[in-house]
Amino acid sequence: MKPSDLFFVLFALMTVAPAFVVAFSRSLVHSAFALLFTLVGMAGLYGFLAADFLAVLQILLYVGGILVLILFGVLFTQKAHTPEATTGRFAFAPVLLVGAVLFAVLFVVLGIGISWPLAEERPAEPTIRTLGNLLLSRHLLPFEAASVVLLTVLIGAVAIARKELR
Amino acid sequence: MNRLESYLFISSILAALGVVTIASRRNAVAILMGIELLLNAAALNFVAFGRFVKNAAGTHPLDGQIFAIFIIVLAAAEAVILLAVIIAIYRQVESIDADRLRELKG
Repeated sequence: MKPSDLFFVLFALMTVAPAFVVAFSRSLVHSAFALLFTLVGMAGLYGFLAADFLAVLQILLYVGGILVLILFGVLFTQKAHTPEATTGRFAFAPVLLVGAVLFAVLFVVLGIGISWPLAEERPAEPTIRTLGNLLLSRHLLPFEAASVVLLTVLIGAVAIARKELR
Repeated sequence: MNRLESYLFISSILAALGVVTIASRRNAVAILMGIELLLNAAALNFVAFGRFVKNAAGTHPLDGQIFAIFIIVLAAAEAVILLAVIIAIYRQVESIDADRLRELKG
């Protein structure tokens, strides 16, 4: 077992184990902080996939942006000392069954059942320049659409969340 | 270890846990966390397939990473708008229990 394999297993565990806490913990705050570890572990996995820019983007946007937003959402919507913070569940047994079936279908059918045409091993190289060129040439239209979406979301979020002036 | 199957294994677990979170939680913020897990699983799949699978004619090896970038951007947009809705609902109903949100009329 090479040292890089050890780190891979470490990052994989860091991604998967807190995800179980996100799904099964009764405390909302525990779930939110477990999501933090999952997202950081995902950044490590992106590093193993030679996606250096994505690893940085994951930390910046997911951990720095979305997770802080979720934590604000948790804090804004909890009354102190009420059972709201420990969230109840409904229909837990059937949901677990659905999850197990979904995992089996995803991994057994798509992961093991199909032999994908594998490429030869590519060396890991910096991707930022290539990604920038791709975004502004082949994928220009989705890139522009994404900027319009972000502007719309900014305006919409302010319009929805502001206090009603009556 | 660093093979396609290991990444598919990880993303399958994440996707299943995301669906379990979405379907079983009553708190709207917890449901949002499940959605994030699901989106992360999809992004990891895109990047892993782009890295390991032979790319077809007319595609670029980094197209998977481009897809992952768009997924992250849209996840940010979706989290912002969903939290705005959650906070607006919380002002009206004083609760974000998905069980108790039965009407959309203001």
